[in-house]
Amino acid sequence: MTAHRAPRPAPESATARLSRLLTMVPWLLARQGVDIDVAAAQFGVTREQLESDLELLFVCGTPGHLPDDLIEADWEDGHVYIGNADAISRPLRFTVDEALTLMVGLRALAATPGVTGASGATGGEAILRALAKLEEATGEAAGVAARVRVTLDDGAAETILADASRAVQDRRRVRLRYQSFGRDEVTERDVDPMRVTSLDAHWYLEGWCHRAEDTRLFRLDRVQSLEVLEVDGTPPDVAQLRDLAGQTYRPSPDDVLVELVTEPGAAWVADYYPVESVVDLGEGRRQIRLRAADTTWLRRLAWRHGGQVHILTPAALAAEVALGADAALAAYPPDVVRGLGGDGMPPTAVATPVATPMAAPVPTPDGAG
Amino acid sequence: MSVQPTTAAKTERLLNLVIALLSTRRPLTKAQLRAAVPHYQQTASDEAFDRMFERDKDELRDLGIPLATQLVAAAYDDELGYRIDRREYALPEIGFEPDEVAALALAGRAWNQASLASSAAAALTKLASAGVELDERSVVGIEPRVRTTEAAFAPVHAAVKERRELTFSYRKADGTTSTRRLQPWGMTQWRGRWYVTGLDVERQAERVFRLGRIEGKVTLVGKPAAYEIPDGHVPRVLVAATEPTQTDQPPAVLRIRRGAGNTLRRRSRSVNDLDESWSLVEIDFKESQGLAQEVAGFGPDVIVETPMALRDAVVRLLAAARDRHTSPTAEATTPGGMP
Repeated sequence: MTAHRAPRPAPESATARLSRLLTMVPWLLARQGVDIDVAAAQFGVTREQLESDLELLFVCGTPGHLPDDLIEADWEDGHVYIGNADAISRPLRFTVDEALTLMVGLRALAATPGVTGASGATGGEAILRALAKLEEATGEAAGVAARVRVTLDDGAAETILADASRAVQDRRRVRLRYQSFGRDEVTERDVDPMRVTSLDAHWYLEGWCHRAEDTRLFRLDRVQSLEVLEVDGTPPDVAQLRDLAGQTYRPSPDDVLVELVTEPGAAWVADYYPVESVVDLGEGRRQIRLRAADTTWLRRLAWRHGGQVHILTPAALAAEVALGADAALAAYPPDVVRGLGGDGMPPTAVATPVATPMAAPVPTPDGAG
Repeated sequence: MSVQPTTAAKTERLLNLVIALLSTRRPLTKAQLRAAVPHYQQTASDEAFDRMFERDKDELRDLGIPLATQLVAAAYDDELGYRIDRREYALPEIGFEPDEVAALALAGRAWNQASLASSAAAALTKLASAGVELDERSVVGIEPRVRTTEAAFAPVHAAVKERRELTFSYRKADGTTSTRRLQPWGMTQWRGRWYVTGLDVERQAERVFRLGRIEGKVTLVGKPAAYEIPDGHVPRVLVAATEPTQTDQPPAVLRIRRGAGNTLRRRSRSVNDLDESWSLVEIDFKESQGLAQEVAGFGPDVIVETPMALRDAVVRLLAAARDRHTSPTAEATTPGGMP
């Protein structure tokens, strides 16, 4: 289940093993002669562990414990056969958490028609049928499950999610108009879709991007249009799905180190973005260190928070914030800016909008500027 | 092997106990169980057997095994007997259609990255054990995910499940921290974050807390099933329910540089290109401050024409951002060093 092989964990508890055995026996009874490696994979254990489980089973049985009372287990030719296990031939009913994961998951899917309507196999109506059957079979766990809700809907257009899901299933290439993160630009890209996945708050399409010649994750709420092309969309062999167990965006050591201070109104920044360190400065102020490949979004962060976000380093980025803000303010009547903006900056600094990509000033309708 | 001999012996003992209790029609007394389970026969004393049996009973119940007790007539007096009702024990037969199975697989696998991953996997395996064939290929390429990265998730989830009161230290959006006492009712994940709803005991009012803002340890203080949850309580985040509604105010008019302001252009009412550099864009909005922040975020690429309140809000933000980043003393990072 996890991609990482952690150092061997503490020995399994007796109850955890019992729980596996009680599920394993009915599974094997329903699949007499199953390959022992297939069985081991199903239960997430090694072949040796499975053999040791089978050895344990055949010394257990009904009271008396004479040979006729014991469970039969045979795996000599690599195929597993089980017998004389009537008492535990059915799996134990769901625990509250087991029922809860399925029911909460189904409800979340039912409320996300874009993904469920996409494939014939998982229509919304099938989800509701499965949910009803599960509710009937689980009894009291259903009550707890009703009090836990997951919303997978992130506001991405339902049709885009549905079309992306269908393109993945049908292996068709798609053409996206995509609004990049941080940078204020829209690009058109042809993508061979590999999967549609939700991560934290958002839905993503992961696929081979022919423009970047690499795999990319596209956040679906930033997709302006998605056209399913009449072209085979099988990704090239080099295309690898990313391990998404961590974060969507992993800072690399080569990224620019940025230090900033947030005032109380922007304290959420440290909670929201992956940061290297946070130092509490008292009174709700925080000093944050983070790494960014592209600092455009930080400039925008500072502008939109009007002084609540203060970039300390790199100095060039701080200067860009000041120059850009000043260039924007130049478009408004000077008396308004003076009246609302406090002290302002020295006139000499105003007169040098060299680094910013400013076009010639355009007169505002009221003639100011 | 990773399983120690003593653990293996205990698993064997528990399994024999479960089989004995499932196989009997009449409740078995402790003496009968001691005779029926080999490891119990080998216990050194009555006390050792009693202790072992009490622990085993608790562990079976923790696994969700419905161990029932009933008084039975014994030699001298009525005595407690034990058994497991097979119908109570077993997962009921549920006939799932193939499309329902695909939905279940999708729902279960959504928890792969969450702290309930093993429960979700166990649930799917139990379905497979009940003869339901899960076809993984039917939903290939579609991976909804639920994550539970918040450290507070496990204790809060346990408290919601058991209806136990809890206390924790909570940091508000303004940075202040206080200790809260909560009777949790439900949990919800919204926009990627987990929240807990319930009764704030000190304030005697319904409150919602973001798990990511709970600092340090969550302590379960009350007894299980200590309070009632209002009928039909649906956990939800109040901000979602109280989003400002559309008003009849006229649209904002913005001047947006060509090729820029794309998120604004996308939801605009109209776009008219003024010249090679600028477009005039009309956009409906609900509240000024949110739009002002969005506009200010584009810096020199988006300029407000009307309304004046929006223009003033944008000017205030940009002037403050400029001033914060131009003062030569702005490098000071000590508290109070700011202008």
